[in-house]
Amino acid sequence: MAKKSFKQILLDPLFNNNPIALQILGICSALAVTTKLDKSLVMSAAVVVVTAFSSGAIALIRNRIPNSIRIIVQMTVIASAVIVVDQVIKAFAYDLSKELSVFVGLIITNCIVMGRAEGFAMQNTVADSFVDGIGNGLGYSVILVVVGFVRELFGSGSLLGFQLLPLSKNGGWYEPDGMMLLSPSAFFIIGIFIWVLRTFKTDQVEAE
Amino acid sequence: MQRDSIANTFIVAVSLCVVCAVLVSSAAVGLRTRQDENKKLDKQKNILLAAGLMEGQETSEEIEKTYDSRVKPLLINLDSGEVVEGEDPTSFDPIKDAKSGEDDLRIVLDDDPAGIKVRENKEVIYKISDSSGNTQQYVFPIRGYGLWSTLYGYIALDNDMETVNGISYYQHAETPGLGGEVDNPSWKAQWKGKKIYDIKESEGVPKRSVELTVKKGNGMTDYEIDGLSGASITGKGVENMIKFWFGEKGYLPFIQNTVPTSGIPTGA
Repeated sequence: MAKKSFKQILLDPLFNNNPIALQILGICSALAVTTKLDKSLVMSAAVVVVTAFSSGAIALIRNRIPNSIRIIVQMTVIASAVIVVDQVIKAFAYDLSKELSVFVGLIITNCIVMGRAEGFAMQNTVADSFVDGIGNGLGYSVILVVVGFVRELFGSGSLLGFQLLPLSKNGGWYEPDGMMLLSPSAFFIIGIFIWVLRTFKTDQVEAE
Repeated sequence: MQRDSIANTFIVAVSLCVVCAVLVSSAAVGLRTRQDENKKLDKQKNILLAAGLMEGQETSEEIEKTYDSRVKPLLINLDSGEVVEGEDPTSFDPIKDAKSGEDDLRIVLDDDPAGIKVRENKEVIYKISDSSGNTQQYVFPIRGYGLWSTLYGYIALDNDMETVNGISYYQHAETPGLGGEVDNPSWKAQWKGKKIYDIKESEGVPKRSVELTVKKGNGMTDYEIDGLSGASITGKGVENMIKFWFGEKGYLPFIQNTVPTSGIPTGA
């Protein structure tokens, strides 16, 4: 396999090999934290940090990790990174941490983080793995931000808390779409995103 | 050393645990003070929000200043309705007491409209004074089950112990945009001026009865709150928790002690 450049490692997961859109990983949290754009952004940042540092750390010790306990070693590293990130959010963005509640903790179970640790960091250098972590975190972020944008705009008529569409209950004209605030809407938006992506990148379409 | 040898497996496992444990605990310890401050501030903010003393955009210094000058926590015994002297209310955690499972700290509820199962015996409430030191209103913690979650909040009553001054929820997990709209300032605004109790004559004795309801429709009386559209069950939960917390098992004994019904004209 030809060695990929940093730029490729970083940018490929955004659209060419997006963890949510192509690999369909990490959907669960994408449904839960995308009702508001600010929640999506904080969650995205948390996932980028966790994936980058856990992949980097695992790559650092990859030659020492005994095969028999490699999964539990990865899990421990990821869990530690997640707890640290959770503590930082609680200390510096308390209001958001209340809204994100358990979902930051649940990054531990996010298949993307584990997938990158096992699938990439175990075979690659620290620098490559770190960049790969950032790239995949950003790939996840792209979807979260798009879904969060659509759901907040049409579900609440606002973006980042600023009211853009005046709501009818406050005397405006916009009747918010309540379904946008429920989880199924995230499925539809992710589905449409995948559809659009595969229309432009036809090589992602599975063979019949 | 062989990578897959038993010795190496142990070495890796132990050293990994040590490194991760140090990392996690130093993050937790290092950020503890800041987190505790956030929690305390959030609580003070919500008490002031319920009391209508702030808008929600104030800086942390302003919150602390207003809180320190106007709010005084009181520890009360819910069953007797008396203020407990000689203990520091700030060191109490009533919700922890309720969950403790110890019989001298909490009771298990038979009649449980709020869906909370257990209730603490001692509760911390907040007395709010005006700028010259006269008692102006009381803020009571309330909690109860909505659709998905227990809602935790505060409700402020004027010193007539009847008129609502405001309500504020600081923790819940209701559907955002539907039940979650209990956080909406325009919904909370309608609580101001509503009345919780009606005084009813029963066997010649005037008695307080909780009459406040959350309902659908237009033309709300003083005893009715306009529900949230698409959130009937959350609305019912709010109504039930008012019914519970201001009833016999809640703050009613304290309220009777503070403002006896004999002084109030009936049928008002």
